[in-house]
Amino acid sequence: MARQKRSSSARITVPPARPPKLTLAPAPLWHRAAEWTLRVLAVSAIVAIVLILVFIAKEAAPIFYSAAVRAEVTLSKMWVPQLWPGYDESASIWQPVSEIPKFGIWPLILGTLKITFVAMLFSIPLGVGAALYVAEYARPRTREILKPSVELLAGIPSVVLGFFALMVMATWFQDWFHLESRLNALVSGVALSFAVIPVIFTLSEEALRAVPRSYVEASTALGAARWQTTLRVVLPAASPGIAAGVALGLGRAVGETMIVLMASGNAAIVSASLVDSARTISATIAAELAEVVFGGAHYTVLFFLGTLLFLTTFCINSLGDWAIRRMKRRLGATS
Amino acid sequence: MSATGAGAVVRPDREAQARLAARRTRRNFVGDGAMAIASGAALLIVLAVLAIILVDILHNGLPRLSWAFLTQEPREGMTAGGIFPAIVGMVQMVILMTLAGVPVGVATAIYLHEYSSPVSPVTRAIRIAVANLAGVPSIVFGLFGLGFFIQFLGAGIDKVFFHGQKVYGQPALIWAALTMAVLTLPVVIVATEEALRAVPRELREASLALGATKWQTVMHVVVPQAAPGILTGTILAVSRGAGEVAPILFTGAAYFLPQLPTHLSSQFMSPSYHVYVLSTQSPDVDATKPILYATVLVLLVLTFTLNMAAVVVRARMRRRQGVPA
Repeated sequence: MARQKRSSSARITVPPARPPKLTLAPAPLWHRAAEWTLRVLAVSAIVAIVLILVFIAKEAAPIFYSAAVRAEVTLSKMWVPQLWPGYDESASIWQPVSEIPKFGIWPLILGTLKITFVAMLFSIPLGVGAALYVAEYARPRTREILKPSVELLAGIPSVVLGFFALMVMATWFQDWFHLESRLNALVSGVALSFAVIPVIFTLSEEALRAVPRSYVEASTALGAARWQTTLRVVLPAASPGIAAGVALGLGRAVGETMIVLMASGNAAIVSASLVDSARTISATIAAELAEVVFGGAHYTVLFFLGTLLFLTTFCINSLGDWAIRRMKRRLGATS
Repeated sequence: MSATGAGAVVRPDREAQARLAARRTRRNFVGDGAMAIASGAALLIVLAVLAIILVDILHNGLPRLSWAFLTQEPREGMTAGGIFPAIVGMVQMVILMTLAGVPVGVATAIYLHEYSSPVSPVTRAIRIAVANLAGVPSIVFGLFGLGFFIQFLGAGIDKVFFHGQKVYGQPALIWAALTMAVLTLPVVIVATEEALRAVPRELREASLALGATKWQTVMHVVVPQAAPGILTGTILAVSRGAGEVAPILFTGAAYFLPQLPTHLSSQFMSPSYHVYVLSTQSPDVDATKPILYATVLVLLVLTFTLNMAAVVVRARMRRRQGVPA
């Protein structure tokens, strides 16, 4: 045995017995064809996103070159307040169906901001708070009931939330606060927050629970009380995930249509008051597109608004998505 | 808090220490309590809102709900009768949507998880596209459906096959279904990928070691294991598709149709669109209110049942695979 070993290490040329050649039968050709089909189908999401942008931008593009459209509306007429006949000072007015169509965009942007603000004002504390309770205080058994319950909210179609806001909440709010207009930014903002809460809740809860136990143990070992640990260790560690939830919730709030269409009153006025009626970009598209002339100025402007909405939410969501990835990397590296 | 550190060398003032400890205990008691109460209150408010919505809709919708309501046509300007045509329209739309969207979603997920390298730029681009597609506002999907499917594809088909006669170049069942399929694509992809991720590597390796090709492994070993996940995704997509209104506003939904949809190019009625139109444009709100509530209840029961089913299927899948829920 030993001798054999030595001789082999001395490299005497005895060719080793060659192992029998094992090769797999080549996969049938149709397997490769099927795999290529998969590959082609897999880019569908990219194709969809690109097609969405291309085709709504295509319908909005005449605003830059079509003489017929530009006779009625140009970008500067949309963004810069104009001195309209019959008005004392220049104003941004949204009045697409009138003798002189006015496409001032600021009332719509202001309405969107107002309603989004109200929605985020309610949904951030409620969503994060509920997530904190479920992740930190609830027992595992209770959590298994609480989490799906809150997420039931996400399952309510937005038209149902809009219906509830229109029929029930609007009346309650008017009775409680003695409001002038029954449908207003406040009602629709609060109803909108019900759609945003589950988004923020789900992502925050996941982020809070992904904080490594060792963080909590280290903090406790240093003598911190539970609330101190939660406030100064767990929440900061989970903050990218919570931020992602807030960003995605914001994207949802800006783009949500049916709730605001039904409950905001849809008056395109410039007003800082939260209890005035308001009109958002999304609701404007939904309410007006059905009655416009294809290819006309109004049609073009509505697609322009759609492009604007798409780009805005795209940026917000990309930010949120980036935050999620960052959190996963960060917590993945430390745990 | 570490006041004892400096005083430890000298004789510790036991009384001061006790006072400090007591104050700290008190503060922590208050802090812990405030924290628990504040977060618990947030949760309670959210659950209360959910309960109020459900109770209100159940309370007002249940009296009007009956078998006849589900199987009759609307009569007398939507103030009597049922919502049968709307239910049929929704079912047709959802079936078409599933047929078009689920295979593509499943294929994408299989490619992402089984074939592509996680660091390749294509994979990353697909992932970013999926995440962003999920966040595109539903009204933008409506615009997309109008601009792409109706104005481009539909009008193109009309030009080639119908000599310019308007058949597909207008709102139609097929266009609404395809728009909705694009909208629900991310739902299917995410659910399927989650299921694929839970399939143990050993199964794949065992299959490959037995001489199966990659394709055979994926189709006969991995996908059957992930079937509950695909089902979950499909159910969630159907639930979403049944409830959305904005994408079908301009792509095929109609307020009232005298007959059921017969062709892919027919328009259709849908309970979700029904709720929107009846509650915002009805001339006589009080007369339509019971019907409206009953329709909302139908919609809510439908989406909740579907979502619950998805939760149950997913929980059973996780238990079977030994992954804690």
